[in-house]
Amino acid sequence: MTTAALTRRRTRPRSAGYWLYLLPMIAGTLLIVLLPFAVNVFISLFRWKGGVAPMRWNGLQNYVDLLNDAQFWLAFKNTIFMIVGIVVIPTLLGLLLAAMLFDYIGREFGGKAAAFLRATYYLPQILPIAVAGFIWSWVLATQNGLLNSVIKALGVTSPPDWLGDPNIAIYAVMLMLIWLQLGYPVVIFMAALQRVDPELYEAASLDGAGWWRRFRAITVPQIRPEVFVVVITATVGALKVFAPVLILTGGGPEGSTVVPSYYSYRNFFELSKVGYGSAIATAMSIVIFAVAGVMLWLQRRSAREEAVG
Amino acid sequence: MTATIAPDREATLPTPTRRSTQRRRRSRPLRWVILAAAIVVALVMLAPLVLLVLNAFKTGGDYSAHGPLALPTEWSLKSFQDYLDRVDFLRALWNSVVIATLVALLGTLVSLLSAYAIGVGRVRGSTALLAVFLLATMLPQEALIYPLFYGAQATGTFNTVWSVIIVFTVLQAAFGTYLLSSVMSTLPPSLLEAAALDGAGRWRILWSVVYPVMRPTLSVLMVFFFVWTWNEFYIPLILLSDQSVQTVPIALATLQGQNSIDITSLNAGSLLSLLPTLIFFIIFQRTLSRGVTVGSVK
Repeated sequence: MTTAALTRRRTRPRSAGYWLYLLPMIAGTLLIVLLPFAVNVFISLFRWKGGVAPMRWNGLQNYVDLLNDAQFWLAFKNTIFMIVGIVVIPTLLGLLLAAMLFDYIGREFGGKAAAFLRATYYLPQILPIAVAGFIWSWVLATQNGLLNSVIKALGVTSPPDWLGDPNIAIYAVMLMLIWLQLGYPVVIFMAALQRVDPELYEAASLDGAGWWRRFRAITVPQIRPEVFVVVITATVGALKVFAPVLILTGGGPEGSTVVPSYYSYRNFFELSKVGYGSAIATAMSIVIFAVAGVMLWLQRRSAREEAVG
Repeated sequence: MTATIAPDREATLPTPTRRSTQRRRRSRPLRWVILAAAIVVALVMLAPLVLLVLNAFKTGGDYSAHGPLALPTEWSLKSFQDYLDRVDFLRALWNSVVIATLVALLGTLVSLLSAYAIGVGRVRGSTALLAVFLLATMLPQEALIYPLFYGAQATGTFNTVWSVIIVFTVLQAAFGTYLLSSVMSTLPPSLLEAAALDGAGRWRILWSVVYPVMRPTLSVLMVFFFVWTWNEFYIPLILLSDQSVQTVPIALATLQGQNSIDITSLNAGSLLSLLPTLIFFIIFQRTLSRGVTVGSVK
C-alpha cells in the first residue's frame, strides 16, 4: 500500500494534477480581467462613439491628444490631492491615533475604551460609498448643510460654498476622503502594535524617554511593514477614486474636481467618446502599475534590509 | 542594551509604590487631555451619522423650518414611508443579499481551490500567476467596464444579478488567491505527506487536512467579500441599470439625483441602506478586526 503510493507519486509529475484546481480561476481571470483589458486597449486605438457606430482607426492619436488635454493633466493634478486625502493625512493621523489608543488610552483607561474608540473610527469604512457620498453631499451643502449650519451657529454670516466654489471644492472632497479612510490605518496599526515587545516600551520609559520619543524611536520603526501595506493599498485606492467625485461634485464646479477615473467615465457614458475614454483608462492602469511596482520594490528592499540588519 | 538598563533600574528607581504614584502624578493632566482628544476625533467621526439618524425621523416640513441641527419636534416615520414608496427596498435588499452571499461563497471557494494548487501544489509558473492576480486587484474598473458592459449584453446577463456575481467572484478571488496561497505555503509539509502516505488523493487532502486548518482565514475572507461586494458601486451602477435588479446602494444613488425628493427621505433611505452592513459589522466585529490583520500579511 505504502510502496504503491510512493511509486505512483514518483511516476507522475508532482504538480500536473493541480492544474484542474486552477481552472476556474484561470478561466475567470481570462474572461473577466485579461480579455476585457485587452479589448479596452484595442478600443483605445479607435475613434468610436460606442454601440453600432463605426469604429475608425486612430492609431496612437488618442494618446497624443491626451498629452495635450489640459483637463487630463488637471485630473492627474487632482490625484495628488486624493493622495494627500487618502494616504498622507490618514496615515500620519492614524499612526498618532493608533499609538495614543494602544500605548496610552488602552493602558490608562482599559482595553475596552480603546476598542470602542477604534470601532467609531472604523465605522465609515463599512458604509456603502453611495451612503457615505449622500451623507457628505448633505454635510457640505451650501443651504442647510451640516457644516455650514454649524458655522452659522458660531456666528459666521457667509460660510463657504464648499462644493460650488472651484477654488475650494477639491478640499471639500478631501474632507470626506479623510473621514472615510482614517479607520483603516488605525485598525491595522493597532493590530501591528500588538506584536511589539512591551519590554521595549518599558525599557524606554525607564530610560526617561517621553511619549513622543517612544513614538518615534519604537512605534514607527517597529510597525514599518504595516505602514508599507497601508501606504501601498491606499495609494492604489487614491489613484482609482471615482464614486466620491461622481456623487459629491460630478467633476465640477468648472471641472475643478475631475479625477482620471471620472474623466474616463464621462467620456464613456456622457460624451460617447469611447475610444478616448479607453485611452484614459489605459493610461491610468499604466500609472497605477508603475507606482505600485516602485512601491512594492521599495517594500521588498526595506524588508530585506530589516532581515540583514 | 538590556544589560546596561537593568542595573540602572535597580539604582535609580524607587520602590514600586513610590514609582507608580510619581508616574500617576506626572501624567494626570496629560491623560485627560489625550482622552479628550481621542473622544473629539470620535465625535467628529460620528457626528454626520448621528445627525443622519436624527433627521431621518423628521418630516420634510420640520426640517425646512428648523434646519438640520435641531432635534425633531416630533419623531415621525413619514420619511421612511416616503422612501419606501419610491424604492422597492425589499427587492433591492433581496438583490444585494443574493449577490453578496453568492460572491462571498463562490469567491472563497475559488480562492481555496486555486490557492491549494499554488501554495500546496506549487504548480509551475505560480509566481507569474500570482503576479497576474495581484495586477487584477489593482486594475481600475474603468479599464474593464466598457468591454464588460458589451460582454454582459452579448451573453444576456446584462441587467441580471449574474453579470455582477460572476465579475465580483473573479475580482474578489484574485485577492483571495493571493492572500490564501501565502498562508498555505506556510503549512508544514509533514502534515500533507502523512496524509499522502495514508493514500489520500489531492481532493481528500484538500478537504480533510487543508480545509480544517484554513477555516478561520476562510471565514474572515468570506466576511470581507460579503461587505466589499455589498458596498460596490461602479460595476453594479453600469451593469444593473434596471430598477428591478438594482442593489441597495445603487437604488439610493439613483434617487439622489431627483430634485423632487425631500432630504429627510434620503436620510431615511441612507439609514435603511447602511443598517444591513452595520448589523453585519456588529456581529462580525471580532472577525473583522482579526481579518484586517490577516489582510496585512500581503
